[in-house]
Amino acid sequence: MLIKLEYKISGGDFTRAGHASSEVKKNLKQLGVDPLIIRRVVVSMYEAEVNIVAHAYNGHIKVEIESHRIRIVLADKGPGIPDIEMAMREGYTTASQQVREMGFGAGMGLPNIKKNSDILNITSIVNEGTTVEIINNLQ
Amino acid sequence: MEAEKRYNYHALKVADNLCIGCTHCMQVCPTEAIRVRSKLAHINGTRCVDCGACVKACPTSAILIEHDDFNHIFKYEYRVALVPAVFIGQFADVYTTNQIYSALYELGFTNVCEVEHSVEILNEFAIEYYQNYQGEKPLISPYCPAIVRLIQGRFPALVENIMQVRPPVELSALYYQKKLLNKGIAPEQIGLFYVSPCAAKIAAVKNPISEQPGLFQGVINMDFLYNRVLRLLKNTTKPVELRNYKSSLTAKGVLWALTNGESDNMPGRTLAIDGIHNVIDFLELLENGEIHDVDFLELRACDHSCAGGILSHANRFLLVERMRKRAKRNADIKQNSDIRDIDKYKEYLTENGKTAEIPQLPMQNLDQDISKAIAKLQRQRKLMCFLPGIDCAACGAPTCSAFARDVVTRKADLSQCVFLQRMMEKHGKLSPEHAFKINEKIWGINRFEKDCYRKGAENENI
Repeated sequence: MLIKLEYKISGGDFTRAGHASSEVKKNLKQLGVDPLIIRRVVVSMYEAEVNIVAHAYNGHIKVEIESHRIRIVLADKGPGIPDIEMAMREGYTTASQQVREMGFGAGMGLPNIKKNSDILNITSIVNEGTTVEIINNLQ
Repeated sequence: MEAEKRYNYHALKVADNLCIGCTHCMQVCPTEAIRVRSKLAHINGTRCVDCGACVKACPTSAILIEHDDFNHIFKYEYRVALVPAVFIGQFADVYTTNQIYSALYELGFTNVCEVEHSVEILNEFAIEYYQNYQGEKPLISPYCPAIVRLIQGRFPALVENIMQVRPPVELSALYYQKKLLNKGIAPEQIGLFYVSPCAAKIAAVKNPISEQPGLFQGVINMDFLYNRVLRLLKNTTKPVELRNYKSSLTAKGVLWALTNGESDNMPGRTLAIDGIHNVIDFLELLENGEIHDVDFLELRACDHSCAGGILSHANRFLLVERMRKRAKRNADIKQNSDIRDIDKYKEYLTENGKTAEIPQLPMQNLDQDISKAIAKLQRQRKLMCFLPGIDCAACGAPTCSAFARDVVTRKADLSQCVFLQRMMEKHGKLSPEHAFKINEKIWGINRFEKDCYRKGAENENI
């Protein structure tokens, strides 16, 4: 048995950022998944969702829930990440000084996703887009 | 299971003779705990957090808050009233604190103690707890029991953020109990009675986190006592005999139960949020990891915190203003001053200040077995394709999604939906007579007939 959920994300619409993560959270709570696992899933997904809103033109999220795991694929059309390995380092950021002064862009985004997922795959083509796959075991 | 059983006590009860089987309570319940069946509202004990939103919404005052018989106090030689500061605030400025206290003695209490007396000691203890805390922040105040219960059920991952600190009422009760025991009074002679401003606090007193119930010998609803006291105060032919009571409640104690009462006195970046729907919105964000760098959260279920408690009769805006004035009057009462006897018990109260571990009590899962839960969720999502999505509540559930959940967990039948009934009739799968019977099962026999005694109808109130 497999549950599929899908969401569209518009780049730049911060007012809606986090909506998809909240929906996934609601579903996982109904499945009685361990609250601490739900927290991991939601924190990692939220971070990736906001990345699309902040950096890409648009994107879509596909979620598959099975009894043993949840797989979330977030694919966007956008600028892409030139050096994924660099982006994975804590503290590495492309954000301007101005943005950092506002409390964003501390370079914790991707490392935070990594920390809160069992498997993380990122593929990216510059000027085309990025696909992030997050897998978490549910049991 | 043991924990679930312990938390099954609720102070809210539906009075069958008063309930008219409308949908008001069901629609406002923040945890979707209410359903209508056989013309009556039913509260699901697993989901109810005793917030009392239903009490406010009920047009016929059919949701009652259970308390103990007042005469119960006379079983004890020492009858201690533990009264919250919002109780004093119920009374207009013309009545002095001394008059109100004197009236409480006249009603039969032998000792009166304001609940927030323990706040100075509690606050020090809470700050120490905060400083020693190693886990993830923010720390969440355990003050409002409806919020604690909400987190246990709806946000179980956040249970570990709740401070394991006992509420002021328990500490004040411990103080008074100890004080009387030290005088050589036998335990069975002591009756501690809590005057509660809301249902959640009653449930918490009957089922405390910290230990087995039994610290209190009874609970009295604040609105009941308000009536009794005001009647005495209004009686001009036989005025209340005045005692020489002097309040020793500090300004912090007076303000503790109001919004910002705690957050203003905790270190770090603190936030105070009142109103259960506001709290839910914020906890959703917190759970998503969207909130950063907040150290302490004061969360209260009622608008204006305890000033808006369901057993608080006074207008909450006026009440807050009166309490702020009282706080100013009490500004020169300092901790450890001669009139504050409680401060001598600091060591004892600090030793007993911590609660036991708070259990998670998830309320939302469809099945204990995840594979079965997935199948049910799948079916629930399919059902939503057929339901109208207008949340009319004619099926007896508050929303279409709550109804779909009820169907997949076998608590309701799909044919209860009036939209689906019309479709089934159209396709010849349901007769109008059968549909009518189904609706009568939810809303009651004869419910569809003319009734001019209904609320708002020609003969209302006759």
